[in-house]
Amino acid sequence: MWRYALPLVLFVLLAAALRIGLYRDPSVVPSPLLGRPAPEFSLPSLHDANYPIATGDLRGRPWLLNVWATWCVGCRQEHEVLLQIAAQNVVPVIGLNWKDDNAAARRWLAELGNPYSAVAEDRDGRVAIDWGVYGAPETFLISPDGTVLYKHVAPMTLEVWRNEFLPRIDPARRTAEAGS
Amino acid sequence: MSARGVLAVLLAWCVLGSAWAFDSEVAFQDPAQQARYERLNRELRCLQCQNQTIADSTAPLAADLRREVREMIKAGHTDAEIRQFMLERYGDFVLYRPRMSAANFLLWAAPALLLVIGALAAVRFIRRRTTEVDVDDAGPGAGTA
Repeated sequence: MWRYALPLVLFVLLAAALRIGLYRDPSVVPSPLLGRPAPEFSLPSLHDANYPIATGDLRGRPWLLNVWATWCVGCRQEHEVLLQIAAQNVVPVIGLNWKDDNAAARRWLAELGNPYSAVAEDRDGRVAIDWGVYGAPETFLISPDGTVLYKHVAPMTLEVWRNEFLPRIDPARRTAEAGS
Repeated sequence: MSARGVLAVLLAWCVLGSAWAFDSEVAFQDPAQQARYERLNRELRCLQCQNQTIADSTAPLAADLRREVREMIKAGHTDAEIRQFMLERYGDFVLYRPRMSAANFLLWAAPALLLVIGALAAVRFIRRRTTEVDVDDAGPGAGTA
């Protein structure tokens, strides 16, 4: 009996493994930063180089870091979604303008609307390397104590926002309130 | 130019095109340091264009990562420290030569495991055949041929 059942079981297991592989996106690389302290940075603001934007100032509440650039097609695609997310006023959205041209970036925000509470300018891409950024757009969720809770690689969608971000934001806020 | 000449140029282009893609910028005067730099670049994956090393890739991210490698070598960091720097930011995937870890242990063990399974199956098969032959030999028809 088992000599007929065993190949069948092996076949089913193999088929299941291959099926899982079929629906996984190999271009999405899991971030080693998840659950770890977010890399610190202090960068000049896109709009005023004398005004620094620092991770230290963002402690005490959850926030989003959105990595974008004017040369990034996916960033344009997600821009409307970012505006909607910002309008919900749930968390501040901090922009990280990655290896971009200052004037072009400002023009983009003036034309398409500005969803960001603040935009940090990462001209030489060093902060992006610290954050393990490999392809804009990327969006990180940071907890009030400065831990990376989630990372989304690809244009933001309202579905991802609802299913992945929002459920992680409320518990983070509650933990922070209980702790303070 | 003759058709042969055009063909020769095209063929040369095919061969040399890939040679030009390789990052040949000289970063160090010291040949030993330059060799380290080139070797590390060939070990690290460009995550923007995932099937290229940062030495091969012309992507902006690859250029940035080469800059990190260059500056870390200049600052006197060891190869292990540079690899660790990349691992902390990009995870195991950044290494072209993967490390063994709990998550991919099965992959590393698979060849040995399959060899053992195959050997066991072979032993079983041979044993069974041997017994069958023995039974045949001892059977009523033995020796009649």
